[in-house]
Amino acid sequence: MLQTLATAWASLPGIARTTVWIVIVTVVLILCVALLTLWERKVIGWMQLRRGPNRVRLLGLFPGLGQPFADVFKLLTKEVVIPTNANKLLFWVAPMIALIPAFAAWAVIPLSPDLVISEANAGLLYLLALTSMGVYGVIIAGWAANSKYAFLGALRSAAQMVAYEIAMGFALVGVLMAAGSMNLGVIVRTQEGGFLSWNWFWLFPLLIVYFISGVAETNRAPFDVAEGESEIVAGFHVEYSGIAFALFFLAEYANMILISALTAVFFFGGWLSPWQGWPGIGGTILGQPSFFWLALKIFLFLFVFLWFRATFPRYRYDQIMRLGWKALIPVTLVWIGVEMVLSHLHVGPWAHPWFQ
Amino acid sequence: MLVQILFYIFGTLLVACALGLITARNPVYSALFLVLCFFNSAVIWLLTGAEFLAIVLVLVYVGAVMVLFLFVVMMLDINLAELRRGFTRFAWLGWLTAFAVIAEIVGVVWSHGLTGLDVSRTTVPESASYSNTLALGQVIYTRYAYPFELAAMLLLVAIVAAIALTMRRRQGLKVQDISRQVSVRAADRVRIVKVTAEKRP
Repeated sequence: MLQTLATAWASLPGIARTTVWIVIVTVVLILCVALLTLWERKVIGWMQLRRGPNRVRLLGLFPGLGQPFADVFKLLTKEVVIPTNANKLLFWVAPMIALIPAFAAWAVIPLSPDLVISEANAGLLYLLALTSMGVYGVIIAGWAANSKYAFLGALRSAAQMVAYEIAMGFALVGVLMAAGSMNLGVIVRTQEGGFLSWNWFWLFPLLIVYFISGVAETNRAPFDVAEGESEIVAGFHVEYSGIAFALFFLAEYANMILISALTAVFFFGGWLSPWQGWPGIGGTILGQPSFFWLALKIFLFLFVFLWFRATFPRYRYDQIMRLGWKALIPVTLVWIGVEMVLSHLHVGPWAHPWFQ
Repeated sequence: MLVQILFYIFGTLLVACALGLITARNPVYSALFLVLCFFNSAVIWLLTGAEFLAIVLVLVYVGAVMVLFLFVVMMLDINLAELRRGFTRFAWLGWLTAFAVIAEIVGVVWSHGLTGLDVSRTTVPESASYSNTLALGQVIYTRYAYPFELAAMLLLVAIVAAIALTMRRRQGLKVQDISRQVSVRAADRVRIVKVTAEKRP
């Protein structure tokens, strides 16, 4: 049975196999987003000594597991209210524009040693281009709704995205220098050999800058001034209701998972095992590279996202701008200079034979 | 064959978006049409194998420049009647520019001959290991190093000039000094007073 399935799979044309993988990745991602919303509410609940959602059960299992699905059905059956003076076309298009880049970016992420939907040579550039496009959904939503609050949220978001994109891009330039390639699969492979040879060690300042910019780009707390409940109600999506609102949420959470995956790929060896090549444990199945390690790393970074949200108060707007332009960008510039020296001395990732 | 079909589809879209850009009455629509234009030209560059340029076009123009454009356009309160009055006054200048550009394009096409514009000629299939970025980097930093550095210098001067032109310090502006805010201690803000209890008379 399995044998026939495997041969049938191998006989499929490449385009059909890619399509199947795209469908699988999309569906799994949407499920992960659903579970992530639950996990977020649970974690924040525990941190605040509450229990979080614990009523809706799914098939009588873990209490609260049915909550995200109940929420989705509630939002699906609610009316999508369109304000009278809104720009109808753009009002409808905005949630889709927010969603598309969040999913399209997964095309180049290496999920396991031999599974990546597109082995693109310019994968890193493609990711930068796509993450910079996510802001259009927010801007268009804020403008099309024809509401002051939504508009303020959109403007804040636009300024913030442009500021942090530069820091993010420079941090990735550092990764690019360490790997010598823009192909994400190659970036992972150049970090081979246990967790001390991963990029985080030599590029530590860049890791910090990248993750902070990632949190800022996804508009998550403490950088969520685009929503800013205490000042501008709900920011760019004030006027959205029902499933259109849910699409914005889907995009935000998919982006969180994306940033976590990218942090894992760029700085923590992607699907590589932390004790690869170690005596003893390195020889067992735990020393083998697999999707499991990537999933574990993504999960850890997602937890950090939630931890941030439960811990930090929201930044003031001028502080956000100051941090982006005056702290993060200089740090990356200095570290790129340090990398230049390191690569000249052939230490760390630059000791690899392909840099000689 | 497929490449040619795609070229014509995206070429048509590009022209349509460009027309939309100049005919749309709402400036925000114009800006969004321009974004679509950039996308379509990026796709056409991809078809010719220039993946680096295509992605950088999206990254820089769509991701940053147009965001700032939209930012400004959305905040402007544009009076259309005012604009239309200016239109008739400066129409002759617009026509002149348009004719000059068209004449230049026709001149280039004329001098190269129509055979030089063969679409199929530009799509040379590359081997799988070919990296457009690598190839571009090797040329830019060796053969064209000086022109490249000069262009970078020019851009830097332009940035400095733009900032110098727009930066002015207004008097009496209330700004928070963040370093002072950060270095503040509890003792500077709160005074804890011990009040002795008194017996009720």
